[in-house]
Amino acid sequence: MSIEHRDDTGARFGMWLFLYTEVILFSGLFILYAVALSKFPAQYSEASHKLNIYFGSINTVVLLTSSLTIALALSAIQMNRIRQCLNLCWVTVALAIVFLINKYFEWSAEISHGIYPGSPELAEMGAGVASFFNLYYFTAGLHGLHVLIGATLISIVAIMTAKGKVTSDRFTLLENSALYWHLVDLVWIFLFPLYYLIL
Amino acid sequence: MSEHKHEPVPYRTFIQIWVALLVLTGVTIAVSRIHLGALNIWVALGVASLKSSLVLFFFMHLKQEGRLFKIGLLVMLVILAIFIGMTFTDVLYR
Repeated sequence: MSIEHRDDTGARFGMWLFLYTEVILFSGLFILYAVALSKFPAQYSEASHKLNIYFGSINTVVLLTSSLTIALALSAIQMNRIRQCLNLCWVTVALAIVFLINKYFEWSAEISHGIYPGSPELAEMGAGVASFFNLYYFTAGLHGLHVLIGATLISIVAIMTAKGKVTSDRFTLLENSALYWHLVDLVWIFLFPLYYLIL
Repeated sequence: MSEHKHEPVPYRTFIQIWVALLVLTGVTIAVSRIHLGALNIWVALGVASLKSSLVLFFFMHLKQEGRLFKIGLLVMLVILAIFIGMTFTDVLYR
């Protein structure tokens, strides 16, 4: 006979603390961006025009929708609608995959135009444009890695839910994975206007 | 820590927030196509902050969380402001 210790609020707060550090991590990159933007305003605007606004906008809608589906999944499990919760989790994972496929096409097109860190074409465009694309690849790459991790987490939690290990009484794992997924969305909310929409 | 279960948020609330987020995305894109000079970046950041608060307070349930979570967020934002402020006092006045 064992006594079960659990502290759901504590587990959630732990996740929030981790997410605060994630924000600081991405902020470092955004501050670098702000400093470079104040140094090379014209070049940043020129470089931003080379990004495809359609890819960026579609991915924004995809991420916002995936944030909705995972938030709904959490409400569903709280109301003990397991089947619905599972469907919503898998829709979220599918949207994450759509995001990454878009990213693949976007980056392929840019790389085929010779725009990638360290390329000779980029070196000819000058320091401002090169710094924009270096930061773009690094920030969006790190964000993409977070999308991959988040989708993996949600898949694992969905499998655990299907097996009955995550239930309407015990759903902290789903809750914390959902929090992580929303952070991915938050980062993109800033990344999108700063990189794609500079005039 | 006191244990309290959140009431499940109705689907309708989340869908309304989602619609608001999509509308705000449209606003950012539309405003970004108009030349406003330096104002463009501030509008972009303002709308992004508004969208983030919607995600934080509703999607991430911060609205239902205790005071500790909100203070945590505030502390993080203050640290961030110091981080940004110190960097720019260096960069702008060197």
